[in-house]
Amino acid sequence: MTNHWIDIRNSDVVLVMGSNAAENHPISFHYVLEAKEHGAKILSVDPRFTRTSARADIYAPLRSGTDIAFLGGMINYILNNDLYHKEYLQLHTNATFLVDPRFRMPGDLDGLFSGYNTAKRSYDKSTWDFQRDADGVPKSDPSLQDPNCVFQLLKKHFSRYTPEVVSGITGTPVKKLEEIYRTYGASGKPGKAATIMYAMGWTQHTVGTQNIRTMAIIQLLLGNIGVAGGGVNALRGESNVQGSTDHCLLFHILPGYLPTPKASLKDLTTYIKKTTPTTNDPQSANWWGNRGKYITSLLRAHFDTGLGAADEFGYQLLPKLDDGQNASWLMLFDKMIRDQVKGFFAWGQNPACSGSNANKVREALSRLDWMVAVNLFDNETASFWKGPGMDPAKIDTEVFFLPVAASFEKEGSITNSGRWAQWRYRAVKPLGDSRPDSEIMTELQYRVAKRYRDEGGAFPDPILKLSWNYGFRMPDGRLQELDIHAVAKEINGYFLTDKVVKGKAFRKGDLVPSFAYLQDDGSTSSGNWLYCQSYNGHGNNMARRSHKDPSGIGLYPEWAWCWPVNRRILYNRASVNADGVPWNSQRPVIWWTGSGWKGDVPDGGWKPLSQPGTRKSFIMLPDGVASIFGAKMKEGPFPEHYEPLESPIKNNPLSGTRTNPAMKLFYEGAEKLPEDVYYSNDKRYPFVATTYRVTEHWQTGVMSRNTPWLLEMQPQLFVEMSPELAADRAIGHGDMVKVSSGRGSVEAVAIVTRRFRPFKIEGATIHQVGLPWCFGWETKNAGDSANLLTPTAGDANTMIPETKAFMVNVEKLS
Amino acid sequence: MKRKAFLIDTTRCTACRSCQVACKQWNKLDAEATVNRGSYENPPDLTPLLYNQIHFIEQEQGDDLRWLFINRRCMHCADAGCVKVCPSAGALYHTKEGLVAYNREKCIECHYCVSGCPFDVPRYDAKQKVTKCHACSDRVQNGLLPACAKACPTQALSFGDRDQLIAEAKAAGKKLYGENDLGGLGVLYVLDDEPGTYRLPKNPAIPASIFFWKDVVKPLGILGFWGAVGVAALHYVTIGPKKLDDADDQPRKGGE
Repeated sequence: MTNHWIDIRNSDVVLVMGSNAAENHPISFHYVLEAKEHGAKILSVDPRFTRTSARADIYAPLRSGTDIAFLGGMINYILNNDLYHKEYLQLHTNATFLVDPRFRMPGDLDGLFSGYNTAKRSYDKSTWDFQRDADGVPKSDPSLQDPNCVFQLLKKHFSRYTPEVVSGITGTPVKKLEEIYRTYGASGKPGKAATIMYAMGWTQHTVGTQNIRTMAIIQLLLGNIGVAGGGVNALRGESNVQGSTDHCLLFHILPGYLPTPKASLKDLTTYIKKTTPTTNDPQSANWWGNRGKYITSLLRAHFDTGLGAADEFGYQLLPKLDDGQNASWLMLFDKMIRDQVKGFFAWGQNPACSGSNANKVREALSRLDWMVAVNLFDNETASFWKGPGMDPAKIDTEVFFLPVAASFEKEGSITNSGRWAQWRYRAVKPLGDSRPDSEIMTELQYRVAKRYRDEGGAFPDPILKLSWNYGFRMPDGRLQELDIHAVAKEINGYFLTDKVVKGKAFRKGDLVPSFAYLQDDGSTSSGNWLYCQSYNGHGNNMARRSHKDPSGIGLYPEWAWCWPVNRRILYNRASVNADGVPWNSQRPVIWWTGSGWKGDVPDGGWKPLSQPGTRKSFIMLPDGVASIFGAKMKEGPFPEHYEPLESPIKNNPLSGTRTNPAMKLFYEGAEKLPEDVYYSNDKRYPFVATTYRVTEHWQTGVMSRNTPWLLEMQPQLFVEMSPELAADRAIGHGDMVKVSSGRGSVEAVAIVTRRFRPFKIEGATIHQVGLPWCFGWETKNAGDSANLLTPTAGDANTMIPETKAFMVNVEKLS
Repeated sequence: MKRKAFLIDTTRCTACRSCQVACKQWNKLDAEATVNRGSYENPPDLTPLLYNQIHFIEQEQGDDLRWLFINRRCMHCADAGCVKVCPSAGALYHTKEGLVAYNREKCIECHYCVSGCPFDVPRYDAKQKVTKCHACSDRVQNGLLPACAKACPTQALSFGDRDQLIAEAKAAGKKLYGENDLGGLGVLYVLDDEPGTYRLPKNPAIPASIFFWKDVVKPLGILGFWGAVGVAALHYVTIGPKKLDDADDQPRKGGE
């Protein structure tokens, strides 16, 4: 979230799209309904009428996988009706920048941008750049009139997304489209704010990242970024997903979003040089210019502090990716099924149910030599070897199960969607032999290190030189007790030598006050620069519980702690004009007093944009402004509608390019696997399907299916469908049906409901169905995971699987 | 002691069913084996192990659809048919907060309360003792909110001084169900539609047979012999359809 949960109450319009917040983020509706009571309009856009739709002012259906078309139409509407916030665009975005005149767009190139290489399925981005002056600073036209300026190109690109064209793709009635566009577009007026609440309904598509890009463009056009009640708000699907991402859950980043080293980045100097963004614009803060300080402080936290500058502070001990290597989820299991992975820790997860194309995942697990399942309960992953279709006699995977403590049985922090790191305390002792994750990791570290010490090994240093100073060590080298506060302090960081920074003298061992004090000479450590300030000389800031709200807009600055530097609303310098005066005087986030900023922690403390010595408002981007034109994307600097990998229609109504031209295709070439098969526009699988969660269960249901009160409310896998489809297939309400895709099938109870309606797409009737993915074979009579149906296809930028749009067949079971 | 009540604002309900679960947790009620009958609604009705339940109603209105949710439970009537009809003193009673609670030790397993309730609420458990929502009277006596109200994330379900809840709802321009019925219900609703849509009687009333019992037969029962006759008479009159002032004759729509 750029903003935070409480801030939703400040919105004038709340769009819930790509998420089902009422069902899956129930607490959020406290704030959504508060906004509604103050007169806000609630909009729900979803293939299915949900419990969110039930509380919305306007509901609009759309076919799964057509969000870019829907939102592209909104961009077109905003531009045609002059609803955009012009001054905001000029000050805070690259709308004014001039693009290389050689740049071409999908309207000219049948769905492609200039530079596409068909064989490589990727783009040469040389034309996706700005025209630059002699100093290398992008040229711009503040009047927004130059035909090559981003604004005019945007207008031209989305002029193809007329309501009629959009309706033909999405199946949304034109009237509903315009109702949504008009209502949302009204927030472009200075002083008005609209917010978007999205989740996996947007991300889990082959165009997932571009779905969010499209919305980000809308928010920038309407001046909704940085303001109270605005922002682009990802609703995290798990209480600590934000925290785990911040601390490098994903393969391509180290803690604090530092890029994972690649093999070609041979030493620390090269790493810093090649991964640090540069700018020639004196008004760009280019905050990532501090990369060297952050990676150096990270290495100082990770490794033995005896390693000095000559040892590159341990840089060579970090694991490195091969150049071009993708180690994301789909690839892990692809390597596994090809016998290229020997061992696997399934830690706090249940991929046999959560992984897209779960049959492939289950098969992949059987190819392992060993697997360690760490979980609260036995689950379909830990017991995959006795699951449906498995012959235990033929499976050689040795499985270990480690019971782990639940969140209430351990102390520590979690970081919520709004980036608040909140400290929690242990309520009860862990049950039986279960232990907190951190204790299991500590024991693993101890035993692995001991073996390296006793027996040697090919490359022992990454293990033996790893710092693990989290408590008093017993004579045998074990920690007497893991001190979770020591972990939190290491994440914040220490001064490792006496040092004067910014005129302040620090002693060795002092906690670093905030990341502005981190150094690249090895004198500071920080396990995650973004969390530097979370636990400093003031104590554990994450444990704060003050109800004070001096802002009056619900910032609660002394409740827990928020990254970065306790800033509650990101990009908040875009909430003011060039003189530092808020667009909205009723709900100001920050304001310039003449000598300083008041309100939230400003996103860069420089003077307002009209004053000398200022820096631009988007400090994390080298150009200093928000990217309406985003050349970093794999499939184009502007979003374009492409059909899902599996689609009900033969052609993309917008162009001759049917699917995302930059996504990886698994079922192609000599090495394709039958597990990855897909069927598009194929009469064997005529119905669009999507998966989702329900309020009553959580993720794959490992915790909730083992809670009888929750299972009582949602006992069984169901498939929701329209009465028209049910009649067509002679399916009655409550009948058992078989839902199958090219990759698997499940048995489910039919819920025949008007909440699904057939779509009219290009003159044809297209039916859609939906299933929750919270069930699994271990729960008796509950059915199996809907992910047995979903495809092996991923977003071009992130490789997140496309589980929200695929094709199935539905038949009544006799 | 001021009379306490629930205010259930159906326009704020998201059917998350925290109320159902929180109630089970506090009252230590076991889960029941259920099946999906083509609906989210489960268990399908109040049971001896389910004191409150969310009822889902799907409704078409032209091109648009409505999905209505209502929390069903004991209405904690001031003029409570169950209390009136109960032949065992103290088995069903009003607490000092005006809520209808019960003492299972005193329940004589007669089932009369079932017939006396215009809302079809009391259930009998495996031991043939009455069960129903008692507004977590044990919590309320200790200054806590009932478990359901505590758990509700959207304040669809609130609990407090009845007068104050009514005043606040009215100040917010909300129309209430149950303000004056049966001496004033202890569960007030803000509805999005007619009561019948939610299977609520428009003008709830205690079955006429109960007046006969309470005001005619029961006093005679004191005479002993006539008591036996009276019980027999009551048994006779309570068999058959309940006489509601405005029977719930709305067809059940969707979500069933």
